[in-house]
This record gives sequence, structure tokens and C-alpha cells, in this order.
Amino acid sequence: MTFNAAALLLLILGLALIGWLAGRARSAMLAGRSGKKLHSRPQYHGWYVALWLFVPAAIFLAIWSSVSPGLITNQVLASPAAESLPAFGFERSAILSDARDVAQGKAAKVRLPAAAPLVEPYAAATHRYAWIGIAAMLALALAGGLYAFTRIRPDFRARTRVERIVMALLLLASLVAILTTFGIVLSLLFESLRFFSLVPMRELLFGTHWNPQSGAPVADTFGGIPLFWGTVLIGAIIAMIVAIPIGMMSAVYLTQYAAPTVRKWVKPMLEILAGVPTVVYGYFAALTVAPALRNFAVAIGIPNASTESALAAGVVMGVMIIPFVSSMADDSINAVPQAMRDGSLALGATPNETIRQVLIPAALPGVMGGILLAVSRAIGETMIVVMAAGLSANLTANPFASVTTVTAQIVKLLTGDQEFDSAKTLAAFALGLVLFLVTLLLNIVALRIVKKYREAYE
Amino acid sequence: MTQDDLSIADPKMRAQGVSVFYGEKQAINDVSIDVGTDLVTAFIGPSGCGKSTFLRSLNRMNDTIAGAKVTGTIELDGEDIYAPSMDVVQLRARVGMVFQKPNPFPKSIYDNVAYGSRIHGLASSKADLDGIVERALTRAGLWDEVKDRLTESGTALSGGQQQRLCIARAIAVDPEVILMDEPCSALDPIATAKIEELIHELRGKYAIVIVTHNMQQAARVSQRTAFFHLGTLVEYGKTTDIFTNPKAERTKDYITGRYG
Ligand SMILES: Nc1ncnc2c1ncn2[C@@H]1O[C@H](COP(=O)(O)OP(=O)(O)O)[C@@H](O)[C@H]1O
Ligand SMILES: [Mg+2]
Repeated sequence: MTFNAAALLLLILGLALIGWLAGRARSAMLAGRSGKKLHSRPQYHGWYVALWLFVPAAIFLAIWSSVSPGLITNQVLASPAAESLPAFGFERSAILSDARDVAQGKAAKVRLPAAAPLVEPYAAATHRYAWIGIAAMLALALAGGLYAFTRIRPDFRARTRVERIVMALLLLASLVAILTTFGIVLSLLFESLRFFSLVPMRELLFGTHWNPQSGAPVADTFGGIPLFWGTVLIGAIIAMIVAIPIGMMSAVYLTQYAAPTVRKWVKPMLEILAGVPTVVYGYFAALTVAPALRNFAVAIGIPNASTESALAAGVVMGVMIIPFVSSMADDSINAVPQAMRDGSLALGATPNETIRQVLIPAALPGVMGGILLAVSRAIGETMIVVMAAGLSANLTANPFASVTTVTAQIVKLLTGDQEFDSAKTLAAFALGLVLFLVTLLLNIVALRIVKKYREAYE
Repeated sequence: MTQDDLSIADPKMRAQGVSVFYGEKQAINDVSIDVGTDLVTAFIGPSGCGKSTFLRSLNRMNDTIAGAKVTGTIELDGEDIYAPSMDVVQLRARVGMVFQKPNPFPKSIYDNVAYGSRIHGLASSKADLDGIVERALTRAGLWDEVKDRLTESGTALSGGQQQRLCIARAIAVDPEVILMDEPCSALDPIATAKIEELIHELRGKYAIVIVTHNMQQAARVSQRTAFFHLGTLVEYGKTTDIFTNPKAERTKDYITGRYG
């Protein structure tokens, strides 16, 4: 007997259907007998019973599915057969999962001999917790259903109650994303704290030498400055030098000059560009742009030009960001009232003067907000820099040299076989936390600016 | 007074057989009108009858609307403003416009007034520009209220002050004609009275054309009144005649408030 969540979900759905029919029938019957008019139509009474029956049981089902494996394992570990298990590590979990698969019928026989004595306790524990779970769930469903069923009266406000329950469910759905983010931050924070117990925060934030080694942390190898600088150089400097002017100019063209038919075609095309997977841009950067830039650099005699360069990654990232900047600028320029434009034209300004002296200054706060969002996107971008910027932590202002970024280093730190509690691996979480906080801050500031700007033209 | 004589010997602007179309739709049909140099001319009529459309054709602001087309001739000092040789930038500097809703730029008060002069290169020095700004603000009756806060944003002023700022902005480029499209419709009665007073003072310095919904206002500020209905010019004459002795039945009905 195992705990099959899908089958049980069907079961309570079936019960909910019965509850719906029963609730509807009872409300109609009570109304008929007492001769009073029903406050809510019978199906609302049905829904009321069904929801009370289904929701608590389903929530229990979800919770039980996630906690029962842990409970089962605990019971197995408490059994005498578990005493001979190795104390920690991969071997121990391999043995446990082997025994579990056999006990729950997912495998025919054990692969590891050490797992054999554990099969029996596992089967017993599985069986036990399955029964506890099913019994508790059914009890909850019946209790909920009965509670709702007995509350049905002709004047019971079932419609209001159902509306309220539905609203609560919608609220729950919207909380999922927020709670997930919260969970991510917590886990990042937790792992980062472990890192900072091994390496001082000061070193990560202000150290200039980055060369993390496996094993015990070595002093002066976790300096994050070269990574931060690389990130800023690529994402906030080179990419923006490309994206801001081109994005702005394309927005000006699209909002002010383009014929409606041109706009109708070009705007969606730009938006499609924004949906190209970043790995495709990565190929383009690594295979086309980087070699071309290197040849160019060699030709004009720039020293230590490398095939992996900040410039290649930054330029391609800038191209990737163009649609984003352009669409933010487009929105901001369109938000400037027509009256502003008319006022300038009526004074004898040319369209060009009007754009430069009235529209762009008026749209600037909104555009600034858009640019900050673009920066926050660029510094979090991973694929292009992994493929084109390189992994060597150089502290250089030479755009033809290879640099590395926070995201590229996170990828490097986390790929390959590594134990998950060395300073080297934990550094990835600390870097992730720094990146998260910076982009969060950028987003908050940007959204504030954009919001203020919108209000100014309400 | 000779200038209140209906025949205008030397009109500032003369429209003849003007029709305006928005795409297929005709908004103005065969309108002919003379605008006197030293006069305030009021356009009245029920909303949607084409007053704004006709006003905008006088400084070619209709050019900025896609699909808008003007036929007939409109002359400024005898010069066809729709002729290919006419520079629309020059035209709009000569024929200024004030809009229904005050629309100061999100710049300082000073920069708002200096905007046109800078674009047209009217000032040779900073002191020159200061003078232009001060004169325009003084003429618009705003100088005393704002002289200590010229660097503040124009959008921070009250609605009535903003509208006078827009008038100052138009005056600063030294136009010959000022077109006003319901300049008081967004203002309270006190601000409205100030604008009307201002129109009185500006009369004679500029040819003024004002669109208004408010018939008392037309009677108070103008010497000539044109009554538009459904895209046509129904009656045009001395304001006193239009209000005391209208010739057309439709004008009488409108003035006595039978529709509108
Ligand atoms: N930009 C435009 N495009 C199409 N039709 C317009 C436009 N502006 C005005 N119209 C139409 O032209 C007619 C006259 O409008 P308008 O000149 O604004 O009238 P008024 O100022 O007298 O209220 C109305 O029927 C209006 O719907
Ligand atoms: Mg109008």
C-alpha cells in the first residue's frame, strides 16, 4: 500500500462532486419544506459543500505528499537494521533510495547488497504512513463536508461564502510567486551565511584577487572586485553604449517618423528579437563577433587582444537589450501628451527640434527608469558572457581583453564535481546574493522613477 | 469708429472658399472670412461644428494630423500660406497659438518663455533674451507673480498662470496673429477674468482670433463674431450686431440658447 497522490486527488474530487449534489439537493429540499425563499441559488449551496470538502483535504494531500517521505525515512533509520549504514555521504543515500525503490515497487530487486535488510522496514513504514495519510485526509474531507452540509438553511448566505472562498484561493495563487521568491532569498541567504563564516564579507566585496581553490579557503583568493568590474564593464558600460543610443533612436523613429504601416511591422519584429534565446546571442558573440573584434584589435596593434573579450560580449549584449530599451523609450515618448508636441510645433519648432528639446527631455525620467531596468537585466545575463567574455578574472579597462562576470563565475563554481560545503561552492551563493540585491535595488529605483513619471502626466 | 466698420480694407488674414477634410470626412465646408489687424475675432458655435479645425488651418497645425487636407486659399498679409514657397516654421512664428488646455513644457518658467526665441535665434545675447522673457511675461500680466521664481518649473504654476505662461510663450516670438482655442475652458472664473482682461490689453498689438463656447465671453472680448454650424460659416459680422440683431434664424436660436 503506497500513498498515491494522484489517485487520492481523484477520490476527493469524486467526493466533492457528491458533496455538491448533496448540498444542492438539501438546500432545495429545505426551501421546499419550509416554504421560505432561498437566499442563494441551490448550486451555491452545492459549491459551498464541495469547496469545504475539497480544499482542506487537498491542502492536506499536498502537505502530506511532501512530508511523508521524510517521516518514512526517519522511521527506517530508527529501525535496528539501519545501524550498519555508513554515517554520511552519497553511499548512505544511495543505499536508502535503493531500498525505497524496491519497497515501493519501483524496482524489482536491490542493486546494493547493503540495501537488502532495509527493504522490509521501508515497506512497513511506507504502508503505515500511507494509511495514516489516507485516514487523515478522508477524515478531513468528511469533517469539512459535514460541517458545510449541516450549515445549509434557506437563509444561509452560501453565495457570499463561496465568493469569499474563491477570493481566498485566488489570493493564494498570487502569493505563490511571492512566497517562492522569498524562499529563494532565504536559501541564498542561508548558504551565503555559511560562506561568510569561512571567508570574511570584506574580502568578497573589496578584495581584488579572485582565484578560488577547492578545499580549505586560502586567504586572498575570494576577492570579488574583478568580477564586479567585469560585470559593470560588460553590462553597464559597453552594452549600454550600444543599446541606449540605438534603442532611443529607434524609438524616436518609430514614434515620430515611421508611417503607421512601418510601425506595424517593425515594432513586433523588435519584440520578437527580445524573445530570441540568449544562447543564440551567445553563439553569435563567440563565433562571429569575438573573432572579428580580435582581428581588428590585432590589426590596429592593441596588446593582449584575446578571442574572448569584454567588447564582444558587451556589444552583443547591447544588441540583445536594444528592443528592451526601445520599447521602454517608445512607451515613455508616447506618454508625453500630444499637447506638448503641438505646443512646440505651434511655436514654429521643427519636428526635429520638438523631439530633441521637448519630447526627449519630457520622456527622460521614464527612459531613465527603462535604462536602469535594462542594466539590471544585462548584469544578470549569463549565457552570452559564459560563451564570449571568458573566465579569467582580469582587472582591466582594456575592452579587448578577456574579463569575467559574476554570473559566469557562478556557473564555473557550480559546474563539475564538487562537494557542496566547500568555500569554493558556497562562494557561488554569496555572489548570487550580491547580484540579487543589486538587481533588486535597481528594479526598485527604476520602477519608482517610472511610476513617478506616469503620475506627472495623469 | 472706422475699425468697427464691417468691411475690412486691409485684412491680416483672409480665407476664401476653405474646406477641411479629415480623410473622407469633411469638417469645414467653403468658409470665407477676413480677420482684421486690430480686432479680436470670436468663433462661436456648438461643439463639433469645426471651430478648432478652422482655427488650426490658419497656422497649418492641421498639417500635423495624418489625413487632414485643406482646400481653398488662406492668406496672411496677401501671401498664400499653403503655397509651396511658404515656410511653415516661419508661418507659425508669425501666427502663434494658445491651446484649450494649458500646455507648458516641463521646463523652467524662463525656458518656457525663451523656447521660441531660442529656436528662431531672436536673441543675440543672454541680456537680450532676459529682456525678451521679461517683456513677454509683463505683457502676459505674469511678471510680478513669477519674477522671483523664473527657475521653477512651468508645470508648478496654477492653471490660470499656466495659461498666461502659454500666452507669454506665444508673445515672446513676436507674432502678428494669436489664435486661441477656448483658452479659458479649463480655468476658474477668476482666472478667466484675468485672461479676458489680458485679451483686451493685447488687442491692437496683435490680431487675435478666439474660439469660445461662452457667448458672454465672445460679447465681452470681441469686435467681430463668426457663427459656425455643422462645418459652415452661418453668419459673420460685428459682435454687437450678431448678439443684438442676428440675421440668420440659426444664429438667433443658438444665441438665445435654443441649442448648443
Ligand atoms: N483629428 C481629427 N480626425 C478626424 N476627425 C476630426 C479630428 N479633429 C476633429 N475632427 C472632427 O471634425 C469635426 C469638427 O471638430 P472640431 O473642429 O474639433 O470642432 P469644435 O472645435 O467646433 O468643437 C468634428 O466632427 C470632429 O469629430
Ligand atoms: Mg474645439
